[in-house]
This record gives sequence, structure tokens and C-alpha cells, in this order.
Amino acid sequence: MAKPADLHFFIDPNRCIGCQACVQACSECDTHRGESMIHLEFVDRAQSTQTVPVVCMHCEQPTCAEVCPADAIKRTADGIVQSARKPRCIACGNCVLACPFGVPEVYEDRQIMMKCDMCYDRSSVGKKPMCATVCPSQALFFGTLEQIEQLRPMSMPVNRFRFGGQTIATRVAMMMPRDPIGRRPLVDVTDAMLERPRQRAIRLTPASADPFAEVQV
Amino acid sequence: MATLPVDELKIIERYGPHLSGMTGVRLSTSAEPEQLVKTHCCFCGQQCGVQLKVRDNQVIGFEPWEEFPFNRGMLCPKGVKRYLQGAHPDRLTTALRRDSGSPYGFSPLAYDEAIARVAGEIARIQSASGHAAFGVLSGASLTTEKTYLMGKFARVCLRTPYIDYNGRLCMVSAGAANKKAFGIDRTTNPWSDMVGTDVIWVAGSNVAECSPITTNYLWQAREQGAKIIVQDPRITPVARTCDLYLPVKPGRDAALFAGVLNLMIEQGWIDREFIETTTVGFEAVADYCRQWTLPRTADVTGVPERALRQAAEWWGTAKTSFLFHARGIEHHSNGVQNALGTINLVLATGRIGRPKSGYGTITGQANGQGGREHGQKCDQLPGWRDIANPDHRRHIAAIWGIEEKDLPGPGVDAYELFRKIDAGEIKGLLSICFNPKVSLPDNTFITRCLEKLEFFVAIDFFLNETARHADIVLPGSLQEEDEGTVTQVEGRVIKINRAVDPPGEARQDWRIIQDLARALGRPHGFAFSSPREIFEELRRASKGGVADYSGITYEKIETQMGVFWPCPSEDPESGRPVDHAGTPRLFERGCYNPVAKGTGPFYFPDGKARFNVAEYRPAVDDVSDEYPLFLTTGRVVSQFLSGTQTRRIAPLVKQYPEPRIEMHPRLAERLRIADGDWTTAETRRGAITLKAMVVTTIRPDTIFIPYHWAGPKSANQLTVAAQDPISKIPQYKVCGCRVRKADGPPAYAAQREPQQ
Repeated sequence: MAKPADLHFFIDPNRCIGCQACVQACSECDTHRGESMIHLEFVDRAQSTQTVPVVCMHCEQPTCAEVCPADAIKRTADGIVQSARKPRCIACGNCVLACPFGVPEVYEDRQIMMKCDMCYDRSSVGKKPMCATVCPSQALFFGTLEQIEQLRPMSMPVNRFRFGGQTIATRVAMMMPRDPIGRRPLVDVTDAMLERPRQRAIRLTPASADPFAEVQV
Repeated sequence: MATLPVDELKIIERYGPHLSGMTGVRLSTSAEPEQLVKTHCCFCGQQCGVQLKVRDNQVIGFEPWEEFPFNRGMLCPKGVKRYLQGAHPDRLTTALRRDSGSPYGFSPLAYDEAIARVAGEIARIQSASGHAAFGVLSGASLTTEKTYLMGKFARVCLRTPYIDYNGRLCMVSAGAANKKAFGIDRTTNPWSDMVGTDVIWVAGSNVAECSPITTNYLWQAREQGAKIIVQDPRITPVARTCDLYLPVKPGRDAALFAGVLNLMIEQGWIDREFIETTTVGFEAVADYCRQWTLPRTADVTGVPERALRQAAEWWGTAKTSFLFHARGIEHHSNGVQNALGTINLVLATGRIGRPKSGYGTITGQANGQGGREHGQKCDQLPGWRDIANPDHRRHIAAIWGIEEKDLPGPGVDAYELFRKIDAGEIKGLLSICFNPKVSLPDNTFITRCLEKLEFFVAIDFFLNETARHADIVLPGSLQEEDEGTVTQVEGRVIKINRAVDPPGEARQDWRIIQDLARALGRPHGFAFSSPREIFEELRRASKGGVADYSGITYEKIETQMGVFWPCPSEDPESGRPVDHAGTPRLFERGCYNPVAKGTGPFYFPDGKARFNVAEYRPAVDDVSDEYPLFLTTGRVVSQFLSGTQTRRIAPLVKQYPEPRIEMHPRLAERLRIADGDWTTAETRRGAITLKAMVVTTIRPDTIFIPYHWAGPKSANQLTVAAQDPISKIPQYKVCGCRVRKADGPPAYAAQREPQQ
């Protein structure tokens, strides 16, 4: 069984409310019950309620697999980068250091790396991953490209990310506002209390439009 | 005397809250469930559909229920981990009696003996001091069947007027405002009507944490062009990216609504035709609002003129809209006026009673809607009938098989009930589904009242903080151990299905109540053999009332995945039997209701909606030189109400272990407090020491403390027992306080685990 090719995973941090339903639901997944493979990051709680859920981005050319000395990390033909294979993994942590998104973790007690496998037990039989099913804000969305285009006209999926000289294409897409200047998030109540609002301290805008010029999912 | 039998820490040592985590079969990746039970979450008023995995009479996990139309599989963290409340080490599996000779304060008691003791004490108190010397507190997390039975039990069996419920802390301001303006008390439109609107106004509702599933409706509306207005003293997760944020000072909401409406009237952004043909009372409201000029409104509310102007323009010129509010504007001594202020904004635009134009109030508890309709409120009879109305009394007395004259009259609200205990008028109390020692304001007073009771019996599944004062505790049932209906936020009646049986001597609550009625020698009317039988009587009792459930059956609920009331069994116009599908949307043009009888869409004899002057009044115990900061209280997403259940679920406690005092860095700097410092907040009622959480997302003149914790961590040690004069809701959302850096950690830090 494989994940259907037309179903994709989309993350929209603009929608995230930090409730951690994804984190709690992930630990209910039958392949790694009791452990959550998803991280919920507060960007800077002192300054904002902005949170970002971090799942494995399922890279086309996974850096974690490339640096694995034991060849324990496999990407299946449907594009899912699987957790480390038990007989091979030596828990060296190379993948943890190398992943540009900070996803894999080594579980010392079990001497193995585990990470998000897009709920392979569910997604490989056509079901949605647990986190995207429960997410109350649908910041985590699992569906077709047509669905996301129809449901989210204000943003667009991007799946190419530049880290220094490295450009990474991923199977998981991030939703970027089409007009990031138009709706700047509020971070400080005092800004909203003024008759003439100050320039906001934080402006979440892309570094430049270029890296996303040739977007494809 | 109901003082604690032994030191509280000893009670905690035995009865918790302890944590239940994922262990044993709940950690197994291979244990297949024997069955999946389609039911709903036990917590908030959204009532998300969920499937419980059951094996060996234990709930071992959950599976999303993606077909249920309201949440389509979505759940918040509480819904995900709710199953861990079952098979819990703290679970009461026998009756308990207070026993100061026992090291932990209580000893087990055989169930039948416990029932006999309770009945004996009730009879003793009532024969010595009259029927009204015994009171009942009930709750809105119970199924509608149970709430119906509680109301009937108090009036018919105990013959006391003194029953009220914890919806008094929750839905009563909204309910009273709806009654005054519409003549019916229900959200007007299904949530799906939000998507496709021009503008949505969120007034005092931390949607992301208190009703998370509503978030996707909001975001989906925005994707399709809706502008989102959020009114809150804090930048809640939903306010962070809203289109217009109104950072209102706590307690100033009615002024804000009046100022915005005044501007809309000045600009002509109102629907004159709708106002003239379908409403009454507009001129008085317009007269009142005239004093709320833009500069004055900005000055009083703390919201800048530009934002007020923007709100008036967006709201005034929209073609479609949704406005909803929650406790943020309702938990005030001016709560009904605040809610009426929002309704005036809705009526002035005429955007009600059609698709994509609605008004709603978010229910807090599981059955926040159904629990306020069928007679556990002190002034109410089933079918949203009025206990002071002779016709209503006759109808219900006939259903219950008693003389109308034997039906007690109106009682008093839950807080007043405690004042009557304090005054010695009420000497005995039965409590179910209510934890007032944590949840009522100024709870030091509540503790003193509990200590004055001659006899106190609590029905519960865990020994909550209030039940620690009980003489007898009867072991009740968890939501998943019984069946019945609840009515969720949209007015949709849904079905809770039993997944497991109560353990040990624990029983379904309705059986316990009936056992008590039998032991009291008054079994007449308490011989139901199932929740279904109770529901069948409730259908008849509600027939012809405003909250008409007579056309709803368990089967129809299952087939349709919920039925919106009113759902009559007979066509109200012709009187002929009808298979009614329910009423998802209220007040549609041409609709018929039993009060207006065709004269118009609203539930008054002339069919017209009522404008009500929604006056701003300063909060009781407002900020002052002595107490210069606003204290406001509320929820966090991982905890629920007084925490009886959620403070016992390990992953939820881990997510937000203990309450903190939220404050703005400007305030923190002035007080020389850093994030994480032990900090003392003090009001006229008491003081609390918690760690500070320094964030820019709250007004610098306001602090916030979540209220789910007990004892020395309880925010309600600080809150004021001021109540709205109409709804009697307490003013949880504002009072004056002062804050200082604490000298060191409080004593409890070394004695209690985070959840205790």
C-alpha cells in the first residue's frame, strides 16, 4: 500500500492557534503510541501567540538519509521518508544534526531515530494523518491540490526552501499568504491602543519572492 | 458540620487529583478495540463527534469521526485525551462516608446504606425545618434527560424551590438577553452560515482556546472574504491575525456597542425598513446611544477612535454577517446589557433570519444549551417554560401527575442559594456536576457556607474539591457510562452513547436520583427504566413550549446526525401530526412560531424583535487607586472548567501544568517582575501567588489568570461575587487588583503537585 499520489500535506502557520491537538493526537498513532512525532513551536511567546506545527517535510532528496552512515532512512516510492529502520539504525544522531527543519529525534532508551512518517499506517490506506484530521484550525491540511486551491484562495503552497546554498524541495507544502504585507499579525496590544499605530516590530514577510518563483507541488 | 474531616493534603493523597497517563493497553500498538462507539466529547459546548475505542469495558483510545457534520473529525487536545478519564486511579467505585477517624477522611459505605442515610437526613432536615431547608445544585454537563430529572426531583420529590445549576456561571446573561430581544434563547443560525459572510464580529470569545473547532469556521469564512473583528483585552490566537482588533478595557463592552451603534445611526448604516417593520424599541436605544460620541467611547473603552470608526463602517455596510459572543462580555455585573448591546447591533442592520446572517452565543459546557431549557434553573420548567406562569405550571403539573398548587415557585440563583446556607435558611444540600469551591467567585465564602451545612451529599465520579466537604458521596457516572441527549452550541440535539458500564458500585446518575426518591418514600414519577423513557416524558413536557422537543426521537437524531430544536410533533399552525426535521435557522421570513402565531418571525405576540436600551454601568469593585489594575479570568485550551476531569489527565496537565499571571512587559518592568518570577496578585477578597508570564499580548493595565485550579492556586479566591441584576451571572471578567513581586515561593509549591 502507498499514499495516494494526489493527496498532499499542507501547513499554514497563519491558521495555527497553538492548541496542540496535533501533538496530543500524534501520540495516539498506532505506530508510535505514547510518543508524539510532531513539534509545536512558539516562535516567541513573549512577543506573540504565533505558533508553528513542525512535521517532517518529506524532502525529495532527504538530507537525513544522505548523511545516514547506516543507510537506515528510506524514502518509499510514494515520497514518504520513513522513520529509521530498526536493524540498521545506530542512533548516531547524524540525521538530527543535518535535517534543516529540525525534525528527527533519537530516542536514547530505544536506540533509534523516530520521526513523522505522515501516519503511514493511515495515509498508506487513504486515510488522513491523525494531526491533520483533528487540527481544529486546519493549519494542518491533508487533501488534493485542487481542494487547497479552492479552499484557500488567499494563500499559495510553496515547497522549495533555501538554506544557505542548499535548495530543498519537499512533499509537504507550506501555505504562504499571497499578500503578506496586507495582513500583518498583531503582536503587541499597545499598538492597537494607539490612535496612530506604530510600525509593528515584527513583519512576517518572505525574504524575497524569488525562491518561490517556480513553485510546484 | 461539613468542615474537612482531615487535613486537605491527606484527602488529596488518597483521592487526588492524581494523573492518569497512557499505560498498559492504552499504550499498546496491537490491542484491537472490540467496538467503536460513535458519541461526543464530554467537555465543551461544541460537542465534537468522536468514536471511542472500547475493549474489556474500558475506553482505550479514540478514532476521529469524520462524518459528523459539525467537526468532521476535528478535535482539540481535550477531545483527543478525554478517554484517559476512564479507569482512573481516583475513580470513586463505592459510596463514601465522611470519617475523621480514617487517615484520609472518608470510609467506604455500602451503596444501599448510603442511599438510606441520605434519605434519612433529607427527611430529618425537611421535617424539622420545612421542604425549603434542603437545596439542590445541578450542572449543565449532564445530559438533558438528567437535567430534566433533577428539576423534577427537586420540585416533585423534595418539594423545594431551591434548585439551580452551574449554567448560572455560564449561559444566563446570553439567555436573559435572548429572551428579552427574541423571546427565544438559542443561537439563530448553524455555524456553517459563517462561511460566506462579509464580516464576523467575535465579542469576548477566546475561540482558539475555549471553542477551538469554531476556528476553522472563522478561517474558512475569511478565506472567502469575511473580515474578522475581535474584541478582547488580550491578543488571543484568533486576534493575532484578525482584520480589526478592539483592545477593550475589561468591563466596558456596553459602551463600545453603544458608541459603534451611534456612529452607524449617524452615518445611516442601518436598515430602517427592517427596524420599522420587524422590531420595536429602536428610538429609545438611539436616544441612549447619542451620548456615546466617538471621543467619549474611545475614552471609556480604551479602544482608539480609528478602530471604532472602522468597526462601525465594516459592520454597518456589510451585506451579510455573523456576530457571536461568549463569557468575555457575559461574565459581568452588566452581562445582560453587554449581550443586549450586541443584539442591538444585529437588529439595527436587519441581518438576522436568513442564510449567511446570524447571531450566536457560544455555550461553555457540554449541555450549555439543553441544560438551560428543561427545568433545572431556579425559575424554569421544562420546554423553556416559566415557573411563575400559571398556564405553564398547569401543563407541567399535569405531565408530572401532581396538583399545580403542590409545585414550588421560583427559587434563587446558585450564589444566592449559598447566601441562604450562610443565613441558616438552607441546612442540607445535594450537589451533582458542580464544583463551586473552585468555580464560584470569592470562594472563601463558599467554603465557609459548606462548613455551615448540617448535611451535604455529593454525587460525583471523582472526589472533587467541593465533595471533600460531603457527609456522604454517592458514586455517579462518567459521560461515557450512560446514554442520553445534549444540545450543542448551534441548537442541535445530539445523542451521547454508552461505551462502558460504571465500575464497582458506581451507578448512572439518574438511577441514584430515583433510588433516593424511592428511599424517601416518594417514588411516584421516578420509575424510569432508561434515559429513553425520560426523554419520552421530556418530549411530552416540552410540547407546545418554546423549546419544543416533541418531534425529536433518538432514531431521528441518529439518522440526521442531530436535530435542531424547535422540532414539534404537530404542525403548530394546523395541529396535525408532522414529521418535522428540525429548525436549523430561526426567524426566517414567513416562519411560524407558537407565540407569534404567524404575526412575525420573533417569539412575541406581535412577532417583532425587541431593541433594549443596553446601558453601560461601571463594574462593581472597578479599578481604584488602591487596586489599580484590572484582573480578568478565563480558560486555557488544555483544561476545562474546575478541572475535576482535566486535572487528572496527564498529557493535558503537562501541556499547561499550573496557572500563571499574564502581564504586559511594561507593567512587569514597572513592578520589577521578570518572566517566571513568583508574583502576588491581591484583591479585596484575597491574594494568590503564582509565577508571572510576561507577554505583549495583554493590555498593560490588565492581568489574566486562568481559573481551572483549586485551593491556593484558585483564581476565584480573588474574584468578586457581584452579579448581574437580571441574569445573576457573577462578574468573573473584571475587578480591581494590585500586583507585586512575591518574597519567595508560596508554601504550596513544596506540598502540592501542579494539578493539586
